[in-house]
Amino acid sequence: MRKDLVWLFGGVLFFGLLYLLNWGVKAISTDLLVWIGAFLSLAILSFLYQDNPFYKFAEHLFVGVSAAYWMCMGFWNTLVPNLIAKLHPPIVKGVLPAIAEKPPEYWYIIPAALGIMFLMRLSPKAPWISRWALAFIVGTTTGLNLVRYLRSDFVGQIKSTLIPVIVVENGSLSVGGSFSNIVIVLGVLCGLIYFFFSKEHKGIFGVASRVGIYILMITFGASFGYTVMARISLLVGRMQFLFGDWMGLLQ
Amino acid sequence: MNPDKPKMGFFETIANIDRRVIFLFVGFAVIIPVLLSFSCREEATPIVQSIFDKIESLPEGSKVLMSFDYGPSTVPEVQPMVDAFLRHCCEKNLKIYMMALWGTGHNLISESMEDIIKEEFPHKVYGLDYVNLGFKAGQQGLINVILTDLKKMYTTDALGSEIDAVPMMVDIRNLKSFDLILSMGGGFPGIKEWVLFGGDPGNIPVAGGATAVSAPLLYPYYPRQLLGLLGGIKGAAEYESALIKGYPKFKTYSHPGIDMMGPQTVAHIVIVLFIVIGNITFFMGRKKEEEEKREGGALK
Repeated sequence: MRKDLVWLFGGVLFFGLLYLLNWGVKAISTDLLVWIGAFLSLAILSFLYQDNPFYKFAEHLFVGVSAAYWMCMGFWNTLVPNLIAKLHPPIVKGVLPAIAEKPPEYWYIIPAALGIMFLMRLSPKAPWISRWALAFIVGTTTGLNLVRYLRSDFVGQIKSTLIPVIVVENGSLSVGGSFSNIVIVLGVLCGLIYFFFSKEHKGIFGVASRVGIYILMITFGASFGYTVMARISLLVGRMQFLFGDWMGLLQ
Repeated sequence: MNPDKPKMGFFETIANIDRRVIFLFVGFAVIIPVLLSFSCREEATPIVQSIFDKIESLPEGSKVLMSFDYGPSTVPEVQPMVDAFLRHCCEKNLKIYMMALWGTGHNLISESMEDIIKEEFPHKVYGLDYVNLGFKAGQQGLINVILTDLKKMYTTDALGSEIDAVPMMVDIRNLKSFDLILSMGGGFPGIKEWVLFGGDPGNIPVAGGATAVSAPLLYPYYPRQLLGLLGGIKGAAEYESALIKGYPKFKTYSHPGIDMMGPQTVAHIVIVLFIVIGNITFFMGRKKEEEEKREGGALK
């Protein structure tokens, strides 16, 4: 084992012993699953120092468990109730007794055939057959999304931008509301101008384009801030698990 | 120490700092407040308060659909939102319908039922006050179908009981049967799909909570298409504070959102300091390079 890895896990052992000596063994978890969780958490976090076999083990375990989970979910939550139970209901009597008595719906053979066609991608002789199933999915998804996105993301967002720039609340001018609406309207217009390349960005147009890029910068900054918050939340969650559920140091 | 090695200045040292030192600082910034249970005072902002007010305004027995569109990787962020929503809905005696667009949401529904409903509200009866519809594949296509006919997709509940045998499912026809849709999401499919495929075409109020990463993309829908939004752990903490303010008895319950805001604040201060130091170092380095170039040019 490499010298630095010995240091790393020696450190973990040292802190573990320190903990046992100082805080007593009563508070530490006796749940095996918590210990497995703690070991895997530390194994993953050890990557922050550098790549090592413990990290690799945890990573591979995660990939394997995830694949198995999705396979089981796909079979029991999709194939069984949505296909097998529809084509031959009595076969699912043991798992879904409520629908075992229902009449079969044979038109489900069509999606079953499309599913099998999809798997033909694995065949070295006729992988082109999978394109038909793929074309069906692309076609239906496009049709489905086009209408909804056009209505909510395009028309809906234009509607949301058509707002009064002077807001009057209870008979008096709302400075905050007006400022907020002006920022929205100007922000949208300037952002759009920045992406309009048919006219040279000079004069007033150039100023608006410049404001547009500042608005975009602020947006990216806000997104970055939120991303930091998300990642720190995950770290806090892990630390609460390690110091609370595992070591029992938190109330 | 190598005497031939040129001595690095402060800004050069900072510019070449090992990234692991930064990890260590961020780690301490999180661990110390966690151990000291340091937390901050939270006030609900309008975007969070609007969800609280909506649930408050619903009469007893109103139907709330809760969609668990997240997985274990985002539990620390999203679970506090779910817990707060469940507590509020149970306290208001609303009927809770739980479903998942994510396969991983299936188990999280069961966990939430055990940890919150069964433990904190033991008088609530499965099938009368709450139901688990489980996970169904189909993503936005599923929402599109249940917008017109819910029982076409849900022939049983998650426990395998026939859907019409569940008392609270009898008068449910489609999404329009619900008074509010709450989606707790961590990506696709999530709140956006509920707005586009459920809320907008069905004219049904949609609200929810999202991970901080996906929250900025959802703000444009507020307030016309989205009733309110809990953005990341900050949103969860705000909702918990609104819940405690409205129902002081919840002060003694767990409030992980508020608890997390202390470490969040300290870690953010550390990161902001690093960004400031990084920028100063960058500009100092650039200034030094320009000076060196000028000096080089003068010598020529």
